[in-house]
Amino acid sequence: MNKKKKRAGTARYNKWGYIFLLPFVIVYVIFQLIPLIDTIYNSFFENYRSGLKQIGPNFVGFANYLKLFQTGDLPTYFANTMIMWVMGFVPQIVISLILAYWFSDPSLRLKGQRFFKTVIYLPNLIMAAAFAMLFFTLFSDSGPINSILVGAGILKEPYSFFSHVGSTRGLVAFMNFIMWFGNTTILLMAGMMGIDTSLYEAAQVDGATSSQVFWKITLPLLKPILLYVVITSLIGGLQMFDVPQILTGGTGDPNRASMTMIMYLNNHLYSKNYGLAGALSVILFIITGLLSLLVYRMIGGTGDDSYGKPAKSVRKAKRR
Amino acid sequence: MSKKRLVSAAMAAAFAASLITGCGSSGGGTTTTTAAAGQTTTKAAQTTTKAAEKTTTKAAASGSEGKVLNIQAWNEEFKSRMEDHYPGYEKVDATTGKIGDVTVKWTITPSKDNAYQNQLDKVLPDNEKASADDKVDIFLMEADYALKYVNADVTMSLKDLGISDSDISDQYKYTQDIVKDKSGNLKGLAWQACSAGLIYNRAAAKEVLGSDDPATVQEAVKDWSAFSDTAGKLKEAGYNITATTNDTYRVYSNNVKTPWVKDGKLTVDDNIKKWVDDSKALVDAGETGTQDLWSDDWSKGFYPDGKVFCYFGPAWLINFSMKGDDTSSIAGQGGWGFCAGPQSFYWGGTWIAAAAGTDNPTLVKDIMLKMTTDKSILKDISVKDADCVNSKSVNAELAKETIDPVAPAEGDDGKMKPGNITYILGGQNPYKELSEGAEKVDMSNISDYDQGCNEEFQKAMKNYFDGNASYDDALTQFKKAVNEKYPDVQAD
Repeated sequence: MNKKKKRAGTARYNKWGYIFLLPFVIVYVIFQLIPLIDTIYNSFFENYRSGLKQIGPNFVGFANYLKLFQTGDLPTYFANTMIMWVMGFVPQIVISLILAYWFSDPSLRLKGQRFFKTVIYLPNLIMAAAFAMLFFTLFSDSGPINSILVGAGILKEPYSFFSHVGSTRGLVAFMNFIMWFGNTTILLMAGMMGIDTSLYEAAQVDGATSSQVFWKITLPLLKPILLYVVITSLIGGLQMFDVPQILTGGTGDPNRASMTMIMYLNNHLYSKNYGLAGALSVILFIITGLLSLLVYRMIGGTGDDSYGKPAKSVRKAKRR
Repeated sequence: MSKKRLVSAAMAAAFAASLITGCGSSGGGTTTTTAAAGQTTTKAAQTTTKAAEKTTTKAAASGSEGKVLNIQAWNEEFKSRMEDHYPGYEKVDATTGKIGDVTVKWTITPSKDNAYQNQLDKVLPDNEKASADDKVDIFLMEADYALKYVNADVTMSLKDLGISDSDISDQYKYTQDIVKDKSGNLKGLAWQACSAGLIYNRAAAKEVLGSDDPATVQEAVKDWSAFSDTAGKLKEAGYNITATTNDTYRVYSNNVKTPWVKDGKLTVDDNIKKWVDDSKALVDAGETGTQDLWSDDWSKGFYPDGKVFCYFGPAWLINFSMKGDDTSSIAGQGGWGFCAGPQSFYWGGTWIAAAAGTDNPTLVKDIMLKMTTDKSILKDISVKDADCVNSKSVNAELAKETIDPVAPAEGDDGKMKPGNITYILGGQNPYKELSEGAEKVDMSNISDYDQGCNEEFQKAMKNYFDGNASYDDALTQFKKAVNEKYPDVQAD
C-alpha cells in the first residue's frame, strides 16, 4: 500500500514539473528554436531586394558563406569587435572585482554602500542609443569636451575624436565599460557574499595577508560566477551593435575600424539580403559557441578541483 | 549550512550558463523574423505585374470612385499645403480631412532610417489587392529615390491619369526628368522647384572681396578654380569657405555626365572625382571641415562667430533651416546674400505620384494638376509658404515684384517667426537667380541607385579627407558599401 502511494505521488509531481516547464519550452521553441533553424535554412538562399525588385529566393548552397569569406572583411570586423570588447572588458572586470571585494568585505565597514551600488548601476538603465547620442554630442568637434580641453590650454585646436581609430574605439569601449561595470560588480558581489565568512576568519587566525585572502580564497571560490560573467560579457561583446552604430552613424568609421559583426549584418538588411545576413548570423553563432567553449575550458576546466578544496577545509574547520 | 550555500551558488551559475545557450541563438533569431516577412513581400511583388496591367483600364473607366483617399507622406508639408490651398479641402483632425464626400486619410511615416521607404515597400506592391478603403491613392517621393518607384509598376503614368504634356508645360524640365521611367513615361509632378545657389555671408564678402554685391561675389565664385582662389583669400581673413566638404557635394553630383550605375556597373563620374580632388585640397589647406550636414558643427556657421563664408542651398534652406527665428544669427539680422555659384544644382523637393491601383483616379488627377500647375494656387504657395514653386511664369512675376522684407517677430503662439526671404537676404529678391538656375539644372543622368551611392560616397570619402585612408582605400570602402546596399550592382 505504502509503496503504491509513493509511486503515484512521484508520477503526479512529474506531471506538474512538465506543466511548469511548458511555458518556457513553448516560448523557446517559437522565439528561439524556429528562428534559429529558419536562419540556417535562409542562409542557403540568394534572397534580396534591389530597389523594389525582388531577387530570389534561389537555392545557392554555400555561395553566401563563400562570398562572405571571399570579400575578406569578416576577420577585420571580427577583430574590431573583439578589440573593442577587450578594451572595455579588462578595466571592467578589474574595477568590478575591486569594488565587489570592498563592498563585500565586512571589516571595511563602508558607509553609504546602498547609495554607491545604485549609482554604479545607473548607467545601465540608460538606453544604449541615448547614451551613445550623448557621447557623440559631448565629443563632437565643437562639443563641450573639446571646448574644455581647448579652453584649459591642453589642446591647441579641437581634436576630432571620431576621425581617429584609437579615440573612436576607445570611446566605444569606455561606454561599454561605464554601462556594464555596475552590473558586473553586483554579480561578483553576490558571488563573494556566498563565500562562507568562517573561511576568512580562519585565514585571519592563520595570519594570511589580505592579498593572500583575495588570491587564495575569494578568487578560486568565485570561479563559477566569474565564468558566468566572462561568458555573458563575451556574448554581449560579440553582439555589440547599438553603441558603435549610433556613435559612428552606422558607418563604422574611421575606415570601418569600428564596424562590428552585427553592424556588418545590419548593412545587409538595407537590401533585405536575408541570405547573406543569415549566413553571417550562422557564422556568428558558431564563433560564439566556440569562444564560449574555450572560455569554459580555460576557467571552468579546473574549477571542480579548486572548488572542492575549500569545501573540505570548511568541513575541517567545522570539525575543529 | 555553508556547504548548502556553495551548492546553491554553483546551481545558480549552472542555471545561468544554460541560459547562455538561449542568448547565443537570439542573435540569429532577430534576422529570421524579418526574413519571414520578406518572403510574403516576394509573393506580393510577383503579383504586381499583373496588377499594374489592370490599372490602366480601371483608370480610364472611372465611374463611381472610392470614398477614401489615402495619402502616404513623410512629413506634414504636403498636408499643410493641401489644407491651405486645395479648394474645398476641409480639415477634420490631425490625420484626416474631407474633399466633398471623400475622406482624406494621411499616413505619415518619417524618413529617418529609411522608415518611409520601408512603409512604401510594404504597402505599394499589395495595393491592387487591398480593400477599397485601404488602397493607397497618392504617395510622395523625394528625388533621391524617386526612380526606385518610378521604374517599378507601383506608380501610375500621368498619361493614364489623363494629364497631357501641354498641362504641365510651364514646369521646369528637371522636375520632370527626375520622374521619367525607362521608356519615357512621366510618373509624378512636383509643386516646388528647388533650384539652389550659393548663400554667402555679406559681412565676410565685404571684408574679403570688398563688396557684398551679388554680381561681385558671383565673379569670385564663378567656377571651381575661382572658388578655390577665393577660399585662400577667405582663409587669410579667418573664414572657412564652406562649413564642410559635403556642402558642395550636390553641386558637383548634379552636374555629372554618367549616372552612378550604367548597365549594372558602378562608375565614378569625372565631376564627382573633381569634387574629391577639390575638397581634399580645401581640407588640407584648412579651408573647410569634414563634418556631416545638419550636425552642430555644420550649422555653427549660421552665426557670425562660426566664421563660415557660404552655404549651398535652395529657398527652403534659407527660409527654414538657417535659424532665421534667432535674432543673433546671421539670418536673423538679414546678413546673407544669394548668387548662382559655380554650377547650377537643386536640392530637395517633393514629388506627388499616383499609386497603381488607386480607386480615385479623377480626384488624384485634379489634386496633381491643381497643386502643381494652377498659377493662382502656386503664387499663393510662393507668397504664404515661401516655397519656390514649379512654375516659370509665377517665378518670373515674382522676380519683377518688389517683395518687402519682413523682420523676424513673435508670432501669436509666442514663438519667434523667421523673417521672409528678402529680409534674410538683406533686401535681395532671389527669384531671378532661382528661376534661371532651375532652367539650367540637368537631371538626365540619374539612376535608381543614387540615394545609396551619394550617401555612401560622401561617407567613404570623409576617411580620405581626414587622412585616414588613401583615395583608393576610400573608394574600396565605397564599393563595399554599395555592394551591401545593392548586391546586384557590379562594383569592380
